[in-house]
Amino acid sequence: MAHPATVIDGEEIARIVDAHSALEGPLLPMLHALQEAFGHVPAQAHAPICDALNITRAELHGVITFYHDFREKPAGRHVLKICRAEACQSVGGAAVADALLAKLGLEWHGTTSDGAVTIEPVYCLGMCACGPAAMVDDRVVGRVDAAKLEKLLAEVGA
Amino acid sequence: MKVYVPMDSAAKALGAEDVVDALRAAAPEAEIVRTGSRGMIWLEPLVEVELDGVRLGFGPAEPSDVPGILDGSSAKALGPVEDLDWMKRQTRLTFARVGVIDPLSLSDYQAHGGLTGLRRALAMTGQEIVDEVKASGLRGRGGAGFPTGIKWQTVHDADAPQKYIVCNADEGDSATFADRMLMEGDPFTLIEGMAIAGIGVGATKGYVYLRSEYPDAIAVLSRAVEIARAEGLLGGDVLGSGRAFNMEIRKGAGAYVCGEETSLLNSLEGKRGVVRSKPPLPALEGFLGRPTVVNNVISLATVPVIFEKGAQFYADFGLGRSRGTVTLQIAGNVAQGGLFETAFGISLGEVVNDLGGGTASGRPVKAVQVGGPLGAYMPVSKFDTPLGYEEFDTAGGLIGHAGLTVFDDTTDMLGMARFAMEFCAVESCGKCTPCRIGAVRGVETIDRIAQGDADALPLLTDLCETMKDGSLCALGGFTPFPVMSALTHFPDDFARLKEAAE
Repeated sequence: MAHPATVIDGEEIARIVDAHSALEGPLLPMLHALQEAFGHVPAQAHAPICDALNITRAELHGVITFYHDFREKPAGRHVLKICRAEACQSVGGAAVADALLAKLGLEWHGTTSDGAVTIEPVYCLGMCACGPAAMVDDRVVGRVDAAKLEKLLAEVGA
Repeated sequence: MKVYVPMDSAAKALGAEDVVDALRAAAPEAEIVRTGSRGMIWLEPLVEVELDGVRLGFGPAEPSDVPGILDGSSAKALGPVEDLDWMKRQTRLTFARVGVIDPLSLSDYQAHGGLTGLRRALAMTGQEIVDEVKASGLRGRGGAGFPTGIKWQTVHDADAPQKYIVCNADEGDSATFADRMLMEGDPFTLIEGMAIAGIGVGATKGYVYLRSEYPDAIAVLSRAVEIARAEGLLGGDVLGSGRAFNMEIRKGAGAYVCGEETSLLNSLEGKRGVVRSKPPLPALEGFLGRPTVVNNVISLATVPVIFEKGAQFYADFGLGRSRGTVTLQIAGNVAQGGLFETAFGISLGEVVNDLGGGTASGRPVKAVQVGGPLGAYMPVSKFDTPLGYEEFDTAGGLIGHAGLTVFDDTTDMLGMARFAMEFCAVESCGKCTPCRIGAVRGVETIDRIAQGDADALPLLTDLCETMKDGSLCALGGFTPFPVMSALTHFPDDFARLKEAAE
């Protein structure tokens, strides 16, 4: 999930907006594609999106902020999501998450000071029979404990 | 030598890829087939070696087990997988192929009965297709249990230039993974079901709204759609019938409330996932204001077997008005968790103690939450309740999508009630006041109870009544189920703290 694109390329934005604007219900696929390319939805993309879809800036802001997935600023180089839902709680997920946050000195959604990893809550990864569950970028891990999380963090360089 | 290893994300989360690497290194000549999961999650990664046409299981496999698996001497040998108690006791209709076939092989799919249902449907009129679904008694498996055939009839009868099939794959509830397993393990079933729905009601376009938390399911289903297009199963001329149906996968963006059908439709349109008032029904004014069938993954994926074997065959399973099979998802603190498909009517206690083998921690069961975060906590005293829509309703619960989360006796039920309100506050779409404000007040009120304020108890009950009666959708309307069931069945957890404070 490392995003080298620190420079926001206006042509790339235009290309992505253009590639999605003919879809039925184009906005979510467009925002996902922008975030895929830049690691977040860059502010420079707002005007081109509004122009292409004939929506107001307020409408766009409403959509971006409604969904947990969309970021207005880039996350850390990797994102570790830890499940907070009931099935993972029943096998001690909350304690595992709390211990990790305490160890890293972070709150939920916080990023380590070296920018390596952002820790986020997630409500269910569909690993409800093998919790507690976590996801590093797109890789799901089951039955996590302190040691397993430590290993995962080491793998992503945090 | 043929070896089967699941590529289901639960198996991968438990180390299936490392086992595959070890197998490739130890037996480069072996043919490794990736499958879905059989649903015995406590045995994952479950490796199967085919010997004389019989698939022998080994699990839970680790890389160090590979030599023993290859020469048959492993202590993790389970014998023929089909003969395992868990498999033999099931009626696998919707999940018949999951864990058996290569999910992305259309020829494998057809060799196991795939496309038979669609071929039969293509010879029928739209009304005949709708009638078949009605006769099967199929009810929405996403939670609400609305008769699928009646929904289809409404869309069939609507007159519009464009109609849609929308598959709700926003499986956000804790304790549910049937949709995920189906999409990862047998995606063509869902595609076939959607095609039958489209042909039946006259919709030429379908969307699967799939949550972003399921990257593996997105990858597998997307690939399956590409294959289906290339092979003529989707497109302008479905299997040479002259009838059109095509579909797209759309990724959600992490909002739980988008599992509610009207919120999902708004999200699909690119708007905030805010709930719509009903009426108008989505069946009449759904996606982009057009008549739309919104069905859950399991509902749609069950349609092919109904057409393959006939409506009566399906309806012959079940209990009362709950016909066919239910895909139990046994989860949480449970010794043997996983997916178990069986006819409606099995009792809650049998599921938890007999199939699940009690808790994973070995401690006594305290409560089972049935139906996800919006379902009631059922105490052990209600374990004789049979799993059926009406039967659970009578017992003060809801079967929902039949996900069950087991909790042991260390669980603090006040904490779980608080979490239900907190979750509702985080995920509320904000449209209606009982949900948006009520959930926040609910957290505060439960905190007062935790600090020993007895006056807050009637307030919580009253608040739950207001949320139940006044909310627009099930998020605000059903959050009172876990809260009130925790309070009613486990009053000690709410009183004990009061004494401590005094």
